[in-house]
Amino acid sequence: MDHTPNTMPRQSWTFSNETNSEIRRAAATGIYDIRGGGAKRRVPHFDDLLFLGASMSRYPLEGYREKCETSVTLGTRFAKKPIELKIPITIAGMSFGSLSGPAKEALGRGATMAGTSTTTGDGGMTEEERGHSEKLVYQYLPSRYGMNPDDLRRADAIEIVVGQGAKPGGGGMLLGQKITERVAGMRDLPEGIDQRSACRHPDWTGPDDLEIKILELREITNWEKPIYIKVGGARPYYDVALAVKAGADVVVLDGMQGGTAATQDVFIEHVGQPTLACIRPAVQALQDLGMHRKVQLIISGGIRTGADVAKALALGADAVSVGTAALVALGDNDPKWEAEYQKLGSTTGAYDDWHEGQDPAGITTQDPDLMARLDPEIAGRKLRNYLNVLTLECQTLARACGKSHVHNLEPEDLCALTMEAAAMAQVPLAGTNWYPGKPGF
Amino acid sequence: MSITLDMAQVELREVNTTLQAAAKAQANEAYTITNTRGSHAIACGLDGPLEVTVQGSTGYYCAGMNKEAAITVTGSTGPGVAENMMSGVVTIEGDASQYAGATGHGGLLNIKGNASSRCGISMKGIDIVVHGNIGHMSAFMAQKGNLVVLGDAGDALGDSLYEARLFVRGDVKSLGADCIEKEMRPEHIELLADLLAKTGADAKPEEFKRYGSARKLYNFNIDHADEY
Ligand SMILES: Cc1cc2nc3c(=O)[nH]c(=O)nc-3n(C[C@H](O)[C@H](O)[C@H](O)COP(=O)(O)O)c2cc1C
Repeated sequence: MDHTPNTMPRQSWTFSNETNSEIRRAAATGIYDIRGGGAKRRVPHFDDLLFLGASMSRYPLEGYREKCETSVTLGTRFAKKPIELKIPITIAGMSFGSLSGPAKEALGRGATMAGTSTTTGDGGMTEEERGHSEKLVYQYLPSRYGMNPDDLRRADAIEIVVGQGAKPGGGGMLLGQKITERVAGMRDLPEGIDQRSACRHPDWTGPDDLEIKILELREITNWEKPIYIKVGGARPYYDVALAVKAGADVVVLDGMQGGTAATQDVFIEHVGQPTLACIRPAVQALQDLGMHRKVQLIISGGIRTGADVAKALALGADAVSVGTAALVALGDNDPKWEAEYQKLGSTTGAYDDWHEGQDPAGITTQDPDLMARLDPEIAGRKLRNYLNVLTLECQTLARACGKSHVHNLEPEDLCALTMEAAAMAQVPLAGTNWYPGKPGF
Repeated sequence: MSITLDMAQVELREVNTTLQAAAKAQANEAYTITNTRGSHAIACGLDGPLEVTVQGSTGYYCAGMNKEAAITVTGSTGPGVAENMMSGVVTIEGDASQYAGATGHGGLLNIKGNASSRCGISMKGIDIVVHGNIGHMSAFMAQKGNLVVLGDAGDALGDSLYEARLFVRGDVKSLGADCIEKEMRPEHIELLADLLAKTGADAKPEEFKRYGSARKLYNFNIDHADEY
């Protein structure tokens, strides 16, 4: 008998099983991997920050008794009719086409019950959504699918999409499987073809042009609607400064963890900055222009909990926006569909083939049978509950820091667990009074 | 009788509120805008029958998102004239800058002079007739509607074209990806005759060539990767 001990088989970190499976997939198909969702790699995030809480020098507020306000007004700069929200959490723009009609309805119902706004997306405005959303933001995208002055006027705000965190510099994609008669009709295109939404707007190129475009949109809508500009987390300081220069009432800044309906995996994972890294430069740009709190800043990309909300606000945001988490609240990636996820070659929590239109949860699909699985009333209530929990959690943290409004949270209430997070959020590493790049060290 | 709004005296905001209210009131009135001095967004967002004459030249987005109104510009227009037009007629006596009729959903855009690059970009049902030449990348990703050019077309005409129909009488410098010459069938001659008559164009339908989508890029195919 040979007793020579064997070394355990060792997997390569560089050539992991997952990496190799992608090489095999690429070799078999000749096309890049397209998927939904946001960046899956771990990047510095809100989890790497902690609140300090009140202590000898800070005075906490009594939980459940003393008031901690959560309202936010968006669009105070130029719009005649700013949007007033009860909570600083909005529903992000998700296209009809990527999502089903009932899913859009559920988002509208949930947001309205929670006292907040929802947002259209590529592909135009649906009745389901307008009808069930008390406050609806209408996206103005490069594709201009379904764009028309009537919907523009019945929107409560207009969001000009320059970019998305999942793919700064990228356009949209909706594969043929999801282009049903209704979706195709709204987009003025034939059924069943792949739709590439352009990555640049067709009739303006830079911030100087955009300023004139905004003038036109305001002239068409009687200067009533707040105009948001949405940018992906690329160069947050300059992007925000230029958005302000172009005349935005509100800037929406979406970090790299931000979800998408369908984008190349290489784009999602390798372009853009983490949400955490975007906030301070954005706030700095607003402060340098004397516009902080005058032009409101909405942060998105990986917001999941009330702690995430509170941390984003403490770093200077006026509100946050949720996409993926809202879909999960409706029932996306629910373990009850595990057997079906397995059949599709995936598993609960990992299912991201949203572009294929076979979503077992009936959310990212146009298939009538699958769509029918989502009850918009029940799903809407779940979303309301979830938004309420985010708000309660955010208030709990704000009270612990002695704040009577969640907007009173500030960077001084935070410390960081890692050097990276300390550098990005510009708050001290826990146990020190220092962060990388801090002046004077 | 035409009511005159003099932009040397009246601000853009007031010009547009006046025109928008008159269009909405369905009063079928006529307005003349003078001293435009290249202002942007003149006569945009009109929603109803109204006759507007803009005397002189304009900046960006004149007649943007027009519905039903008949707007004539006696001079030339800046970028994005009649962008996203829904219906009505917009006539330009002079030349039009970039992105004329961009994303237009309907109506008729009649350009008596030349149009610059990206004319009819992403058009979604509008009819555009250009009596002169058009610049490069025109009808890029054009989805629906008709683009008629009496003169020549620049580089990359109809790149990534969907279902819009392109008719050019003169030379086409080059065709964009997936855009090909197609047969002129009787229904196309008829359609063209109608558009030429409506726009007072001095040309015969038989003199034109038709271009459309080869539909090869409609669903991703790795063998066409070089084209994307
Ligand atoms: C299914 C889906 C569809 C989306 N569609 C759009 C869209 O049409 N326009 C847009 O600007 N962003 C779109 N987004 C991005 C969201 O607006 C938002 O930026 C992002 O979801 C925020 O990050 P989160 O998902 O981590 O919350 C989409 C996201 C998802 C998940």
